[in-house]
Amino acid sequence: MSSGAPHLRKQLVVIGHGMVGHRFVQAAIERGLTETYDILVLGEEPRPAYDRVALTSFFDVGAEALSYLPTGEYDDPRVTLRLESEVTGLDREERTVSLADGTTHRFDELVLATGAAPFVPPVPGHDLGNVFVYRTIEDLEAIREASKGARAGAVIGGGLLGLEAANAMHQLGVQTHVVEMAPRLMAVQIDDAGGATLKRHIEELGLSVHTGVMTELIDGDADGNVSAIKFKDEDPIDLDMVIFSAGIRPRDALGRAAGLDIAERGGVLVDEQCRTSDEHVWAIGECAAPGGRMYGLVAPGYTMAEVVVDTLLGGTAGAFTGADMSTKLKLLGVDVASFGDAFGAAEDCLELVFADAVAGIYKKLVVAENATGGYELLGGILVGDASAYGVLRPLVGSGIELPENPEELILPAGRGAGIELGLPDDAQICSCNNVTKAEIVAAVSEGSTTRDGEGCDSPACVTKCTQAGATCGSCKVVVKKIVEDHFASVGKVVDTSLCEHFAMTRQELFDTIAVHGYNRFDDIVAGHGRGRGCDICKPTVASILASLLNHHVLDGANATLQDTNDAYLANLQKNGTYSVVPRIPGGEITPDKLIVIGEVARDYGLYTKITGGQRIDLFGARMEDLPAIWKRLVDAGMESGHAYGKSLRTVKSCVGSTWCRYGVQDSVGMAIQLELRYRGLRSPHKLKGGVSGCARECAEARSKDFGIIATDKGWNLYVCGNGGAIPSHAQLLAGDLDDETLIRYLDRFLMYYIRTADRLQRTSYWMDQIGGLDRIREVVVDDSLGLGSELEAAMDTHVDSYFDEWKATIEDPEKMARFVSFVNAPGTPDPNITFREERGQIQAANNDAPVSLGTTIPVGAPR
Amino acid sequence: MTHSVVGRGASAGPGGRGASASERRETPGTVICRLEQIRRESGVTALVEGEAVAVFRTYDDEVFALSNFDPFGRASVLSRGIVGTLGEDAVPFVASPLLKQRFDLRTGVCLDDPAVAVATYDVSVVDGVVVVGARRETIGS
Repeated sequence: MSSGAPHLRKQLVVIGHGMVGHRFVQAAIERGLTETYDILVLGEEPRPAYDRVALTSFFDVGAEALSYLPTGEYDDPRVTLRLESEVTGLDREERTVSLADGTTHRFDELVLATGAAPFVPPVPGHDLGNVFVYRTIEDLEAIREASKGARAGAVIGGGLLGLEAANAMHQLGVQTHVVEMAPRLMAVQIDDAGGATLKRHIEELGLSVHTGVMTELIDGDADGNVSAIKFKDEDPIDLDMVIFSAGIRPRDALGRAAGLDIAERGGVLVDEQCRTSDEHVWAIGECAAPGGRMYGLVAPGYTMAEVVVDTLLGGTAGAFTGADMSTKLKLLGVDVASFGDAFGAAEDCLELVFADAVAGIYKKLVVAENATGGYELLGGILVGDASAYGVLRPLVGSGIELPENPEELILPAGRGAGIELGLPDDAQICSCNNVTKAEIVAAVSEGSTTRDGEGCDSPACVTKCTQAGATCGSCKVVVKKIVEDHFASVGKVVDTSLCEHFAMTRQELFDTIAVHGYNRFDDIVAGHGRGRGCDICKPTVASILASLLNHHVLDGANATLQDTNDAYLANLQKNGTYSVVPRIPGGEITPDKLIVIGEVARDYGLYTKITGGQRIDLFGARMEDLPAIWKRLVDAGMESGHAYGKSLRTVKSCVGSTWCRYGVQDSVGMAIQLELRYRGLRSPHKLKGGVSGCARECAEARSKDFGIIATDKGWNLYVCGNGGAIPSHAQLLAGDLDDETLIRYLDRFLMYYIRTADRLQRTSYWMDQIGGLDRIREVVVDDSLGLGSELEAAMDTHVDSYFDEWKATIEDPEKMARFVSFVNAPGTPDPNITFREERGQIQAANNDAPVSLGTTIPVGAPR
Repeated sequence: MTHSVVGRGASAGPGGRGASASERRETPGTVICRLEQIRRESGVTALVEGEAVAVFRTYDDEVFALSNFDPFGRASVLSRGIVGTLGEDAVPFVASPLLKQRFDLRTGVCLDDPAVAVATYDVSVVDGVVVVGARRETIGS
């Protein structure tokens, strides 16, 4: 808005662009607050909001993957985001905020979302070099830098965040000591027995845990860097770095200086609408203290953000009246959960405990007798196995009576059979995004549709539609159960059949074919299906047979099973002609081959275009010309690029260390090696790969099913990304791999996918279905199923049996017989094929009705 | 062996007049190819009086002939589709290779949109030779 214009629109200023500030802006845009307000967001950090809860994964996935707003701006033009903007003053009289750069900004409404700061106790030496806190990406970058020369380090604080920090330090290869003043770890969430179980787990990983220990002094060396830590009643430890993670304090200084009411223990005091003592100033998230209490979790912050948006929109329903402080997380690979009245504070409550010290499992339920003599769940603690959390947490406060033998709820599976629980409709299932059971059921009920207009029919779709399970994921098991129970109750059979001919999933079909050793569709459909198949099951069987046997897809009766493109080893285009794509591994090609491609295109009048996969597509080939085109390409040393198959397409690469002055590994060489290894590999969906020679990621490898990014130590392997309509970034499976390990993991990953995915299921959806990245890592990296060598052997068989389908076709008269325009007039081109011209090349054209040779002179490509 | 039908049009195949015991029809037609030149559950394209015709052979060796022109994709491609059966009655069909609409091989009617149909042709197998005859009066197209 220009300076002279009247300020007709109201101004809303948000201070802080963390998770809660971002959520506020999102809600403001989605719910229409920007129709009346221009929003200015002032962030102090150099980057937009990111997922601080997942901060530790920064080392694995990098800053971009954590970012909530990678572009740095919102789609709504009425929202302005300014980063690196430190607010230094708040003038409530003038209703302005002033920035460190000297500018001031007027507001009608102000939202404080300044978050919290790590608390650093005033221990002598806390200001030495290599002493850190654990809050921002910049902190983690500094910690990573310091870890390079460090042998040992300490994390001061054994709470939730302290263990996160210890995990990070441990992952960085530093011998890690956890120092906790309280007598146990995670003192706020779990009891002594749980803390002891957790401690044993952590010590088994090689970390040292010191509980009940008071830090007296941090000692420094001559350079002013930390060298040792001294305790009150324990021997000192020599070390090279320290991370303080001893709690957080609300960042309330701005409000304090402006004279807003402050809670006794810190935080800007707000009412149930999150309004401060100034009616035009609001506070949300960790800087706020509703009812005098601050909440150090993200979910209550999100609720506060929604409440303020609601109130500013004129709503009266929104109120923040306290939050569920339940926690479930995986710390250093150990499941820990705490919910409800975990310590049994209620009067006359009883505790049920299951402990298995050998397995490292501790579970406690706190229950109380209700008016009818049954028991209700008040809370609990789970350490070592928190799988029951999803079922248990919604029971707290639900009024549901526990089954006869409530201990069944925490006994290991097999001893306590799964028991049925009826949750009330208003039970909150997803506490991160506040989704109730009723909302989940509504999403999958008859007549409901997704944003795409499709029916919502699966747990994965429910997560997309309702956000249930989209944040921490701990409720996904319950979401799945609710969806399945609902379908069962309405008599809807969740049909996982491939099609009417096979009442099994692709994976079941794959296993059936493998076990019986079938190689003909006729035997498979006679033995396990009905009818004569269709355009769904036939290509699926063809793909499975190709994955298992790697015979020529046009061999024998299999030719009639192949999908449109596989059937002619080329891609059918809209006017009935085909496109031809020779393989150009890694995008590297000699001038001679480039010239041959050009000559072929010229001689057959083909339209040429560079593809997104770093190769060249030749369009407009008549079916009967395909063999001659292939022969020219094969004679010049080229082969099929399998652009027509549900199979590996390309492994894209940047130029890498051979030429690039930033490259740290030979990305082209690796891409070529991988493309040649996996060429021709038939899969449930097309597969793409990418290899980047340095972290700049010019090959866009993380948009591929498998992406490899060079590090100075080797390769980082990312899996399950894709571009397309719903893009998703590949996620880090394993880091700093040598060539051999990289290929071993990739062999396992790809074969595991091929064996277990549904038809046309891309790797990202497959990952969600089989249990996420962790599950893939268990199978591929940890080899938890013991399948590793079998999967590798299957891939070796594929590699050994590879042949070029084009070459094999032109050498086989029987296969060649199909490539004619008319079986009874092979010399006559199909008059229906029509082209038009654009920018000096042909383009496909269609006719409204069949073209007869008798009446029309065919218009063909120049021959 | 000799072929006992009349060939005409653009047929490249040999022709001859006569009738076998099972096929007494004297209808002239276009000789397409020998039956075994069409793989079971697949199709070939034939030129019949200047028109592109898709000729299919089912699993139990029935033959059907439809216009090769896919009215949805507006291209001459139907012979290249996948052939199978649908439902309890095992309706023989071909799925267009372009956008997968399925057509009943017996009637040419689209199973996904019964308002659309492609033309069908008389077709017979005489002494192992496939012969396409006259275009039938189409329904619904």
